[in-house]
Amino acid sequence: MEKATLLCDPYNVIITGVGGQGNVMASRVLGNMLSVKGLQVTIGETFGASQRGGSVMSHLRISAASTWSPQIPEGRAHMVVALEPIEALRVLMVYGNPKTKVLCNTRAIQPISVICGDSDYPSLDFLKQRILELSEHAWFVDATDAALKLGNPIYGNIMMIGALAAIGDLPMEREDFKTVISKTMAPEKTEANLCAYDTGAQMIH
Amino acid sequence: MSVLLEGKSGTRHLLMGNEAIARGALEAGVSVAAGYPGTPSSEIIESLAKVSGESKLYVEWSVNEKVAMEVTAAASFAGLRSLCVMKQNGVNVASDFLLHLAGSGTRAGMVIVPCDDPGALSSANEGESRHFARLVEIPLLEPGDFQEAKDMIKWAFELSEEIRNPVMVRSVTRLSHASGNVTLGELPALSAKAYFKHDGPPMDPMTGVILSYPVALKHTRQQEKLRQAVMWFEQSPFNAYSGPQHPELLMITSSACFLYSKEAISLLGAQGRVGLLKLGTTWPLPPELMKKYLACSEKILVVEEVISFLEDEVKILAADLAPKIGSKTFFGKKDGSLPAVGELNPDRVVAALATILGIDYQAVPKIYIQRAGEAVSAAAPGRDLTFCPGCPHRASFWSIHTALQMDNRQGFVCGDIGCYSLAMLPSGYSTLKTLHSMGSGIGLASGFGKLGKFGMDQPAVAVCGDSTFFHAVLPALVNAVHQKSNITLIVLDNSGTAMTGFQPHPGLTVNAAGHSAPGIDIAGLCEAIGAGVTVCDPFDLQQTQQTLLELLEDESGVKVLVLKQICALSPEKKAKKMYEVTVDEIVCLGENCGCNRLCTRVFKCPGLNWDTDKRVSRIDEVICAGCGVCASICPVGAIGKKEAA
Repeated sequence: MEKATLLCDPYNVIITGVGGQGNVMASRVLGNMLSVKGLQVTIGETFGASQRGGSVMSHLRISAASTWSPQIPEGRAHMVVALEPIEALRVLMVYGNPKTKVLCNTRAIQPISVICGDSDYPSLDFLKQRILELSEHAWFVDATDAALKLGNPIYGNIMMIGALAAIGDLPMEREDFKTVISKTMAPEKTEANLCAYDTGAQMIH
Repeated sequence: MSVLLEGKSGTRHLLMGNEAIARGALEAGVSVAAGYPGTPSSEIIESLAKVSGESKLYVEWSVNEKVAMEVTAAASFAGLRSLCVMKQNGVNVASDFLLHLAGSGTRAGMVIVPCDDPGALSSANEGESRHFARLVEIPLLEPGDFQEAKDMIKWAFELSEEIRNPVMVRSVTRLSHASGNVTLGELPALSAKAYFKHDGPPMDPMTGVILSYPVALKHTRQQEKLRQAVMWFEQSPFNAYSGPQHPELLMITSSACFLYSKEAISLLGAQGRVGLLKLGTTWPLPPELMKKYLACSEKILVVEEVISFLEDEVKILAADLAPKIGSKTFFGKKDGSLPAVGELNPDRVVAALATILGIDYQAVPKIYIQRAGEAVSAAAPGRDLTFCPGCPHRASFWSIHTALQMDNRQGFVCGDIGCYSLAMLPSGYSTLKTLHSMGSGIGLASGFGKLGKFGMDQPAVAVCGDSTFFHAVLPALVNAVHQKSNITLIVLDNSGTAMTGFQPHPGLTVNAAGHSAPGIDIAGLCEAIGAGVTVCDPFDLQQTQQTLLELLEDESGVKVLVLKQICALSPEKKAKKMYEVTVDEIVCLGENCGCNRLCTRVFKCPGLNWDTDKRVSRIDEVICAGCGVCASICPVGAIGKKEAA
């Protein structure tokens, strides 16, 4: 198999969000799509207690050559895929650098501290501005709303995968997505997932 | 169909560390596997259970880790290869049996896989299993990547059979729950027949009785086995060195720390100055191999998680070898180069390495870090852990907290291990006042309940989950009943081992392989041992609180309240809303209500938000799970619920 070429080796992606948004699923799908391409993929993630409404992260190291640490070093993320906007900022603080790119779902999930009135959730404009300042390029998509139209907010994570493919920094192909999805999910879900993937891809201009 | 059975030899797959371990066991021809669920270990048994129907394999979720180890040892005694899996503190539970097993010896290969959790990412401790290998004197192996996680298991089975004793293969969260590409090996055809020979000469390890008596003789044999293991370790393919012949600094490492160390050397561009000795066989250390590499550098940095173990062992060996290799300068946990708490990562290793080598390293421009830090403090409020939307525990702790306040005698709750441990946090109304090991809540309560003699009149309550109930609560509950301890035990029964992914337990009518099994009734069991039992639905707040108030006042000994409601994430309940919940914006008085927005300010369910523009509560339809409990909280009836279509 001919290995796809990468912009950097390793190319580091962080998928972040809130427990329950399907972070692990998204990282597995992306990892498998790239693995099919003959690349070495290392995914680091935590689940368990961190699932219960907390901030979650998956670290993907994509390399033509070798296995890398399942934790990305500080400041070394090339791409941050955020399923929730304030999680993008949290990740940039530790793993970002001026060249990091960000793909961000704009739907807020209020932390408990906001719900109970101890802190405020910032406006989306304010968040966008901060994220743009801290990245080389940022794409903002309303994946959750589009997913609700498809019938389930969980499709938001697959839309983000579609959008990431459309950005074009990684060798991601629709056919590989189809292969991976049909191996890991019930056959009746394939169509809806492909639809979510395509909707996500169309969100990137 | 799972890649674990279908994956052909020579093909490459992206596997989670735990899946790689499971495949390794299958490639080794494992016949019996048992464990108790616990993060980060659960997927090993889970993966094996999934394929057990299609292969000659028996897999069980045992009631606790000690029983799991006994079940797997029985298989070994009967000539079958067996695998025993647990999280780090499971080894504590099993250690009494393990000590005796290490003395009696085993027959067919038996491998014990504890998965440690440095940094306590999903634990109430960051204890280590490595020390147990040394304590009970059995060989210890630690895989350094995903391929090794698979390959090492097969090697461990062979070693176990060579020395006729269990072998420990220790994993950590960042291997078990991380994924990487693994090339598969052959799956053997299994034909093993189980038979327990016990009538040979009593001292014969393969046909006699299996005992740790006579202790001195068996202990001597055990130490001979270790010397045999060391000979294997000297030649092991899992120990590898990379770097210059005479490095300025020798790094010695194992497990996930190998990947961090490799990355740190690369980030600092120090490949020409630093040698990296990766050890897969970490106890007992192979002295000849160690001598060879210790001799090649004056400075040694040991990189490991969590407290110094490898460092201590290397230092002891270096002291023995000092006449041959000279004295060394050591860096690691003891001199503070690396932290002895929490997990490591590439950055922590970079920091240690940069200091020792005198390299100035700045990952990102300082101005970027400053700006990002400012943005986070201005715009990214913290995200505390909380119960899931629709979680029965939120309702249970709301009632427990309320009842204790109404009782007004400074009563308290002793906590236990499970999702409900979160009730130590404000999102569980800070209800738990103690939290230790599995089953400790009821044990502590049993003690508190006997302190009336010393003037204590606070009601003592314990909580436990349904899986925990069987794991370790039963003996303490029997104790409390027998001692007439005046306490209330609340069983938060959500019908599964929810925190680790709904593994079955003895209270359910299904087993690990998905077959039907006799379920043991918790309420019936409690009644049989003489405790008074009440069963309530925690979503019925009024009845739960009324019952609790009565139980707190009842001073007749042990009272058990079973709060039964299925976990919101359980496969049968997930994504199915019981109710459509809505907030009537006109009825909701918000901050002007006497309750001062009780539902969002105090109840704090993630599915119920505060609308900052309209100054009323509102349902987040994406998050709300439709349990309808919040409708019972609102004093003015602004929250309505309608049965979902």
